[in-house]
Amino acid sequence: MSEIDTQRRNFLKTSAGAAAVLIAPGFMLFDIAHGKPQGASNKVRWGMLIDTAKCKSGCNDCVTACNRENGLSGGTAATDSQWIRKIELKDISSGREVSLPMMCQHCENPPCVDVCPTNASFKRVDGIVLVDKHRCIGCRYCMMACPYKARSFVHEPLHDQNPDVPRGRGTVESCTLCVHRIDQGGKPACAEACPNNVILFGDLNDADSEIAKKLRSLSSVQIRADLHLNPGVRYQGI
Amino acid sequence: MSYTSPNQSRSPLYNLLLATGLLIVLGSLLAVHEMESQGHIITGMNNQIVWGLPHVFAIFLIVAASGVLNVSSIGSVFNKPAYKARGPLAGLLSIAMLGGGLMVLMLDLGRPDRVIVAATNYNPTSVFAWNVLLYSGMFAAVVVYLWTMMEKRMYPWSKPAGLLVFVWRFVLTTGTGLIFAFLGARQAYGSAILPPMFIILSFAWGLAVFHIVQSSIFAWNGIRQDEYVQKRMRNLMGVFVVSGLYFVVTYHLTNFYFSRQSAFEYFILRDGGIYPQLFWWGYIVIGNLLPLLLIFHPALGKSKSVIGASLAIILGGFAFLYVFIIGGQAFPLDIFHGYAVSSTFGDGEIAAYRPSVYEALLGLGGLGVAFMITAIGIHVLNFVPREIPTKVGHH
Ligand code: SF4
Ligand code: SF4
Repeated sequence: MSEIDTQRRNFLKTSAGAAAVLIAPGFMLFDIAHGKPQGASNKVRWGMLIDTAKCKSGCNDCVTACNRENGLSGGTAATDSQWIRKIELKDISSGREVSLPMMCQHCENPPCVDVCPTNASFKRVDGIVLVDKHRCIGCRYCMMACPYKARSFVHEPLHDQNPDVPRGRGTVESCTLCVHRIDQGGKPACAEACPNNVILFGDLNDADSEIAKKLRSLSSVQIRADLHLNPGVRYQGI
Repeated sequence: MSYTSPNQSRSPLYNLLLATGLLIVLGSLLAVHEMESQGHIITGMNNQIVWGLPHVFAIFLIVAASGVLNVSSIGSVFNKPAYKARGPLAGLLSIAMLGGGLMVLMLDLGRPDRVIVAATNYNPTSVFAWNVLLYSGMFAAVVVYLWTMMEKRMYPWSKPAGLLVFVWRFVLTTGTGLIFAFLGARQAYGSAILPPMFIILSFAWGLAVFHIVQSSIFAWNGIRQDEYVQKRMRNLMGVFVVSGLYFVVTYHLTNFYFSRQSAFEYFILRDGGIYPQLFWWGYIVIGNLLPLLLIFHPALGKSKSVIGASLAIILGGFAFLYVFIIGGQAFPLDIFHGYAVSSTFGDGEIAAYRPSVYEALLGLGGLGVAFMITAIGIHVLNFVPREIPTKVGHH
């Protein structure tokens, strides 16, 4: 009981108006938290370009930064939340090895949003895919639907949450692209923490942004492009 | 018509059965309470196997709930008197299993306290949300249908109501199949054959449940079944078993055909440890070969062997769903085709799943609820099939 109360208090702390969250989650959920409503713009599409050639096998700095930023335990048991993970790949035919970070790909056509019965999974107008923790009933259908296994279910009661990043036992969560930072003009914690500048964050729609320029001039891929989800996270070198 | 009233239902044995059912339901509620206060960490489910044993029970119950209505449909829509007499019992069983299955699904949610959210925030693109409508509509349709069958002045309506139920349950089982068919990125699912496969499987599972309940009621009340009808129903069940098997075989063969899926097929049919074991022994041998033998072998096919066949079909159904739901998730997602992968999040690995006692209790609770609704329903209302009575025993 008291666990629920703490959770509730944490939620109230973060969302100045739960009503606003319920009315227009796409616009309000995270903006209100800072009392600085800088509504998400539909002109923008946030995304990332990941240069696997620069990513070092064994380096885990992006993961550590994400855990710290979002108040995750950092545990890697099968029941622990992992919003970002390092994957080590080996090309079966050539033997070439690649290491890369994997997180929610912020799909333009996200299956997680399509299947969610309650609209708890939603896409903001700027392309960020989020879960409304007040609305998620924990059915886990979105986890079944996500082709990238980007989502985690909170299996245990939580303590010491980061008030900027509401979480809740019994609900599903995933990478928010550090939406609370983006709305303050910042960039995701992983992109900031990477010592090798592997993760380039920016606006895919802005022709002058570094990311858009790179996407124009370099060859990059969408993972599982065959599914036509048009993810906002792109990869180079695989 | 005194033979139709379940005279024995007030006996001590009946009370004992009810008490056992109640105990099982209470056990499941206790398990849910633990899952709620400690979180799903106490279950065997995790971030790789996100749907577990509760879903096996729930989906069996829901699929069988739709299939059992076949008995009613054959009666009202196709006008077969022997089936008509069994319509009310089939309707009751359908409601009972639907209730049990939905209870399990709901109580397994991470936040069952928010189930009202599912009703008030409706996402029209979600198959899950469609299913919420389909299930509640099904309840309503069957209740109306029962009413038209059991109250004399409503008799004229029983045919249209039967037709509605007939159509509705097809849509409902299609919806259940679609839950998986829409998971395009997973090798095990995302196949258009799943909805029809579930419909055919539902016929066999539903009829098996019906046979067991009917035989128990008849035995309980000392009624001997009409042999001709029994033979017809038994053979029908055999036909359903064979058709279900045909769809399952086709599903696996088409998966082999798509090279992206063939590794998954080797896993589920040969290399995957418990999953191929359950598939071959549980589903193929116990769920298909054994019942077919019991049904069609000339020396067998008597009442006892029909019960045996029905039990085997039900066990086979559970084995099938365990392999389908849990085995389907255990095999790693193919995110980077052509690469061997590893990570801290189970990429490239077979996921482990060991169901906990809490999940088992929750699942059994679904069966318990279905049993209680059936037992009480038969007790309170007159659901015993009335037919050419070859009565034995005394009254
Ligand atoms: S990567 Fe998965 S969780 Fe993220 S938007 Fe796409 S489907 Fe949804
Ligand atoms: S777990 Fe939550 S976010 Fe995911 S589909 Fe269910 S209600 Fe939606």
